[in-house]
Order: sequence, then structure tokens, then C-alpha cells
Amino acid sequence: MARPLTPFLWTLFSAGGTVAALLYPVHLFLTGLAFPAGWLPAPGYSALHGLATHSLVRLYLFVLVSLPLFHWAHRFRYTLYDGLQLKHLTALIAVLCYGTAFIGSATAGYTLWTMR
Amino acid sequence: MSAGVGYTPYHPRWYRRRVSVWWWMESRSYTGFVLREISSVAVAFFAVVLIALLRALARGPEAYARFAAALASPLMLAASLVAFLFVLFHAVTWFHLAPTAMVVRVRGKRVPDAVILGSNYLAWIVLTAAVAFILLRG
Repeated sequence: MARPLTPFLWTLFSAGGTVAALLYPVHLFLTGLAFPAGWLPAPGYSALHGLATHSLVRLYLFVLVSLPLFHWAHRFRYTLYDGLQLKHLTALIAVLCYGTAFIGSATAGYTLWTMR
Repeated sequence: MSAGVGYTPYHPRWYRRRVSVWWWMESRSYTGFVLREISSVAVAFFAVVLIALLRALARGPEAYARFAAALASPLMLAASLVAFLFVLFHAVTWFHLAPTAMVVRVRGKRVPDAVILGSNYLAWIVLTAAVAFILLRG
């Protein structure tokens, strides 16, 4: 990994950690638990679709998906190095982690951009 | 180079204690560190759920109904519950780490940790209420 990239990746990690800390608990609680389990009334398809096609909400959703993915990439990369002692695979792990985050962000961006 | 200098045929072996892969079980703070690192997997899990949600929304009502049914399966509910606990752990540890990671100064005086921590929690409460309000309006 080229040296000048490190501060940039750390900034993504930090921003993603903040987004995940502030917004993931409520979204995960509602979308993953309260709505599917029927504890709270879930918004219907048209309501959600209407929300997601609003231009500001599109931007919000893109940030909500992509920054935390880069947060994951950064932490998971060091978990593999330190936790599993895979220091010799540095380059491969970095490419896989950040590559996955990039593909996920691109998928989210494309889906939001083309959603009608 | 003087004649006295030469390479030894054998490279010296560094003294390195072998560290078990389970080193982080040795103390509570190590375990906390590794749990915090692992919480990122829960973050990625939910990011993937969100991507699937967006794709289902883009495809139409039938695809969305299938997605909603998949989320309600016992396996996904269990995964979401575990992920939720990890994400909560991430949020709390992240807020408590913030004052240490970033020292904020106002007019040359360091802002007390409690102020930064308090504003983090305040932002958390406000954003949580806003998201819940928008999604629960019905």
C-alpha cells in the first residue's frame, strides 16, 4: 500500500466509524429487528421507495452504506494482520478489504443513481 | 573496508517469543480491543443488508416483499440481533474513544473530555430520534 494513501484511508475509517456509531444502531434496530419481527409498524414499499428516490435521501443512503464499508475494511484488515498474524499477506489483504468496500459502495451508488 | 570486517555465514536469530493466536484472551482489555475490531464485521453485515434493501427497492414491490420475508426468517433475525449488539458496542466505544483520538482546543484551552462525550451522545440521540420519526411516520 502506497504511503500517501494511509492518511486518506484512515480518514475514511474514522468518518465511517462515526457514521456507523451514530446511525447504524437505529437503522439496524428498525430494519433488522423491529420491522421484520412486527414490534413496530413497517413502512410499506411505496413509502420507502418514495423516500429512497428523494435526491437528498439518495446521498444520505450512499454515505450510510459506503463510509461504514471503508470503516470495516480498515478494521478488518488490521484484525487479520494482528489477530490471525497474517503480516506476510499485507498487500493481498489490503486489496481484498478495500476492494470489497469499493465494490459495495459502487453497487450502492449505481443502484441509487438508477433507481426510478 | 578493513580486512577485519566480514560477514558471518549465519544470520543471527532474533529472539521472538511465539505468540498464540489466542493472545487476546489473556486480558480483558485485549478482549475488548478484539471485540471492537470484530464489531466492524457487524457493521459490514448491515451495510450489505442495506445494499440488498436498495436493490430490492429498485427492482419493485415483489422483490421488496421477498427481501422483507428473508429478513423475517429466524436465521436473519438472530444475525440481526447479534449484529445489533455489536453495533451498539461499537457506538459506545467509539464515542468514548473520540476525546482521546481527537483533542479539540478552543482559544488555546482543551475542551474537557466530558463535553466531547456529551455532545457525541446528544448527536446520537437527536439522529436516532430523527431517523425513527421519518421511518415510523407511517
